[in-house]
Amino acid sequence: MYRYDEYDQQLLDERVAQFRDQMRRHLAGELTDDEFRPVRLQNGLYIQRHAPMFRISVPYGHLASRQLRKLAHLARTYDRGYAHFTTRTNVQFNWSPLEVIPDMLAELATVQMHANQTSGNDIRNITADAFAGVAADEIVDPRPWAEILRQWATYNPEFAYLPRKFKIALNAATEDRVVLRVYDIGLDLKRDAEGNIGFRVLVGGGLGRTPILGEEIESFVPWQHLITYCEAILRVYNRYGRRDNVWKARIKILVKALGVEEFRWQVREEWAHAKDGPNTLTEAEVERVSAYFVDPQYEDLPADDKPHHHHIVENLAFAAWVKRNVRAHKKPGYASVTLSLKKTGIAPGDISAEQMDLVADWADRFSFGEARMTHEQNVVLADVKLSDLYPLWQLARDAGLATPNIGLLTDIICCPGGDFCSLANAKSIPIAQAIQERFDDLDYLYDIGEIEINISGCMNSCGHHHVGHIGVLGVDKNGEEWYQVSIGGEQGNSTALGKVIGPSFARAQMADVVEKLIETYIELRHPDERFVDTVHRLGIDPFKQRVYGSEQLTQRKVANA
Amino acid sequence: MPKLIKNGRIVSDDWQIVSLAEGEAAADVALPAGRTLVPLAVWQQRRDELAPRAERGVLGVWFAAGEGPEDIADDLARLSVIAVDFPKFTDGRGYSTATLLRTRYGYTGELRAIGDVLRDQFNYMTRSGFDALQPRADRYTDGQLEAAVASIADFTQPYQASATHPQPLFRRVARAGAKA
Repeated sequence: MYRYDEYDQQLLDERVAQFRDQMRRHLAGELTDDEFRPVRLQNGLYIQRHAPMFRISVPYGHLASRQLRKLAHLARTYDRGYAHFTTRTNVQFNWSPLEVIPDMLAELATVQMHANQTSGNDIRNITADAFAGVAADEIVDPRPWAEILRQWATYNPEFAYLPRKFKIALNAATEDRVVLRVYDIGLDLKRDAEGNIGFRVLVGGGLGRTPILGEEIESFVPWQHLITYCEAILRVYNRYGRRDNVWKARIKILVKALGVEEFRWQVREEWAHAKDGPNTLTEAEVERVSAYFVDPQYEDLPADDKPHHHHIVENLAFAAWVKRNVRAHKKPGYASVTLSLKKTGIAPGDISAEQMDLVADWADRFSFGEARMTHEQNVVLADVKLSDLYPLWQLARDAGLATPNIGLLTDIICCPGGDFCSLANAKSIPIAQAIQERFDDLDYLYDIGEIEINISGCMNSCGHHHVGHIGVLGVDKNGEEWYQVSIGGEQGNSTALGKVIGPSFARAQMADVVEKLIETYIELRHPDERFVDTVHRLGIDPFKQRVYGSEQLTQRKVANA
Repeated sequence: MPKLIKNGRIVSDDWQIVSLAEGEAAADVALPAGRTLVPLAVWQQRRDELAPRAERGVLGVWFAAGEGPEDIADDLARLSVIAVDFPKFTDGRGYSTATLLRTRYGYTGELRAIGDVLRDQFNYMTRSGFDALQPRADRYTDGQLEAAVASIADFTQPYQASATHPQPLFRRVARAGAKA
């Protein structure tokens, strides 16, 4: 894991001092609300329904145990004893008073954490594969490159007031685990025929009001040019992206307006000047950063562990957890564990201070002191010995973190929604809970198999509903909360946008709607076919007919038609 | 007299900024005597007339947010003052304009940020290449402006290469690395 040197720390300390003074001037009336807004947003601070929302960055999702303990401490000291983990591997607090944010930032800085550029029209937190470094299908470790990009993006003077927010994700494995095509820039790490590292570059993806999947503009940019090439994209966007309409300001709109060919040409023009300039990466720098991401001191273990198998045979609950929440590891005798933050009755992604402390303890005891956040809002312990799985499971079960539902229907991806967020049109957490309660039977969940439900409380799409197998979007109709449902969205290598099935529903109908969609799937599926594959094979019509054809929904359909 | 922060010091400033009001044409707008910044369009249309004043160092050009140095690349060497207007401080196009002027076009004269210029952006503006910062005359009291100068130096060793730091941090200093 990356550790700050004196330069990283000095920059962060200077940032904390800068923001403390900005807050002081704001409270003294010297910095108006309008002038303060972008400054506080670039330090993670939103003004929300109940209190400010404070969003902390977790670069590419990596957390050291001491950082988790610091988050637990902040939750207890300044907030209400819990935090929310987001789809962009950030951590959010919802109840901290405005005036304490500089103190929270100062505390975070002591463990090399911050809230840099977690909001605002700047380069946001860079996301990477949660299984980086341990996945068997990895081509290159993405983390050094994510860290190099983090440093380039942090307090970048040219790109802090872009037309709109800008998100970059990196993937470096055969399977896309970051949803590359929904990012402003998606970087797909590859090796060429000679083994040289480079990047396939996708640009112009994004969800929100106008969901668009990113398109390839370069098939292979050699690693030396990572920064200069990204800089060329950002400069073209900063100069020519629309600033007259906030809904048309993302880079995806510029790319669409120019066409990918023209956009590629403009970036190449720009790049021709910067290529081989001072921002060209050096081998020394890549080696320096890569040295922080070497394998931990793995033991040489047999690929099998007899007691582990014994527990699987003897204990059905443990076996279910191993099946759903434990993943193969590149190193024999090890596995990666996903701790579920999707227990029924708890808002998806929420984690208490006590749980954060426990995860920190388990990270120290079982996984080299590190944990990772996933964009599905769960927590991964990446390097657990097979022989430790059973004791870890017992501890996690007692702490409510061992729900065996990873990838199943109740592993719902969900934004905080109208309960907290001032942007939201509708609440999202109660929908998630109603669905989780309806599908309480584990056998039925296993029969349904892999399915992703994504819920967003508004068009900003923090719940990534466009790429959910079932996507739910909160909409406002004359001051009332309604929910639009889409099906057939998908992330991963065959990322796709879902199709809306028809008029929206009231909150109380939502569990019924999902149940009908699932029943339709169960009736029509081929053996071993996932929900989303059935939708793609048959189209949305059979699902639509089932949902809207039923008596209790007919009236609503007419009313909304 | 209006104030200007030039190379980190507050100085009095007597440059007049000419804007085209509605109905005024670049070709025949009246220009004051004395030090004057004219819109890009005025310079482009009346270059022969204005070049002698520019060469005496008493006339400069200002860019609107959407304008860029490529429009007058051949004239840059004749100008000793260029300004870039920030219509709203959240409009960040001027940072790229400044970066290009300094790092691509080799412009070495005064580069002045005008318009909605605030102390909270001083550091990024300076690093992008502005050596002169001119907040609106009514924005800061004298005391506030003096305090604001400190913001220029908010970050001492930034990561990036920029106008003020020709090399990125990884080429500028020896960083210890994981073994240390």
